[in-house]
Amino acid sequence: MELQAATWYIFTGIALSVIGLLGITLSGHLLRKILSLNIMSSGVFLLLVAPADRLFERAPDPVPHAMVLTGIVVAVSATALALALARRIATASHQHVPEEDAGE
Amino acid sequence: MPPVPIFDVVLGVTLIGVAVRVLMTADLFQAIVLFIVFGLLMSLAWTRLHAVDVALAEAAIGAGLTGALFLNALAQSEHRDTRVAARPTAASFLVHLPMLLLGLAFAIIVGHSLLGLPGDAAGLRDVVDAGIGRSGASNPVTAVLLNFRAYDTLLEIAVLILAVAGVCSLGPAPAPSRGTDSPPGPVLLGLVRVVVPLIGVVAGYLLWIGTTAPGGALQAGAVLAAAGILLVVSGIARAPTLRTWPERALVVAGFTAFLAVSLGVMVGGHHFLEYPPDWASHLILLIEALLTVSVAAILVALFAGGATAHPSASSSGRE
Repeated sequence: MELQAATWYIFTGIALSVIGLLGITLSGHLLRKILSLNIMSSGVFLLLVAPADRLFERAPDPVPHAMVLTGIVVAVSATALALALARRIATASHQHVPEEDAGE
Repeated sequence: MPPVPIFDVVLGVTLIGVAVRVLMTADLFQAIVLFIVFGLLMSLAWTRLHAVDVALAEAAIGAGLTGALFLNALAQSEHRDTRVAARPTAASFLVHLPMLLLGLAFAIIVGHSLLGLPGDAAGLRDVVDAGIGRSGASNPVTAVLLNFRAYDTLLEIAVLILAVAGVCSLGPAPAPSRGTDSPPGPVLLGLVRVVVPLIGVVAGYLLWIGTTAPGGALQAGAVLAAAGILLVVSGIARAPTLRTWPERALVVAGFTAFLAVSLGVMVGGHHFLEYPPDWASHLILLIEALLTVSVAAILVALFAGGATAHPSASSSGRE
């Protein structure tokens, strides 16, 4: 497959998704987990939009753009709810790091 | 077949590098600032992919609002264990290794299926072009969002309302450990005085231009939410707690209007959400205007994160 700019962004999207996935599972702090969730969602959105721009000298397919717009809004609402929950967890347990990580 | 422009290569590598730094840096404040930088670089990437509506939304919502949410959460966290870095033990490899393998498998499977797609598929572009004359909007993304796939947008607004209901139903937010009742400084007040009216103009422009050029209700609502957050942070406006009916009315106004229109067209013999073609542009503008206000109210309420527990506050009408 010939290399276009959109193909390069597919690689970038895969890399960002994997980085975000590893960050969610391997980092201990709750805020960093939510940061990784946002990075992973940005990577997945790249994977949705980049294939839509493979038309040479034609406007891209707008349906994935609309889906990603919806996804960005849903991601911010999930982030806000997750941050509120994290704050309650931190208050209840007096720490942001889960027990099994701090007490090894 | 043109080679990949050097700008895109540098942008992609920088995106990956900033993402890795966000996860590896020990200081959480630095991580959040780098995340905001990441969001702005993503906005550049969307523009390079000719997704200008997505770029506007990423800059306003993904970088700006999400960054503000994170900074707010960091400022309110009592336990500032921002520099914790657990020493890797033998047991931690039990978690690290399968996750690395899972990530590798994901990369291979997704890469193989996406790179195997035909290089010049039009997708749904032609279907959209065929129907856009009757859709009421000439911006294809707005036509898709508010006409062809209006059901998705309706449910997306419902998700926003669910999120703000969830945040506010967690009860009063724990009060921050450090006193934050210092009066706002003159720089912040001066900034608010200058920027908030400009934000109003920009939001109105984005809303109006959304039917013909990149823009729309979501981007305008996010920009308007920035004005609301500025007013709340500078103390000029009270943080919305969604306990009073005017605040609740603002939050549900967009969804109610959308639902009313989508049901109302059935009276004229159309299907659910099937706008009559000569009314379509007016209905879309009406829905978008109310959506802008509602999305702004919801995002500011999400930022405020529920009522702060004041020791002397009397909560009237609290369920």
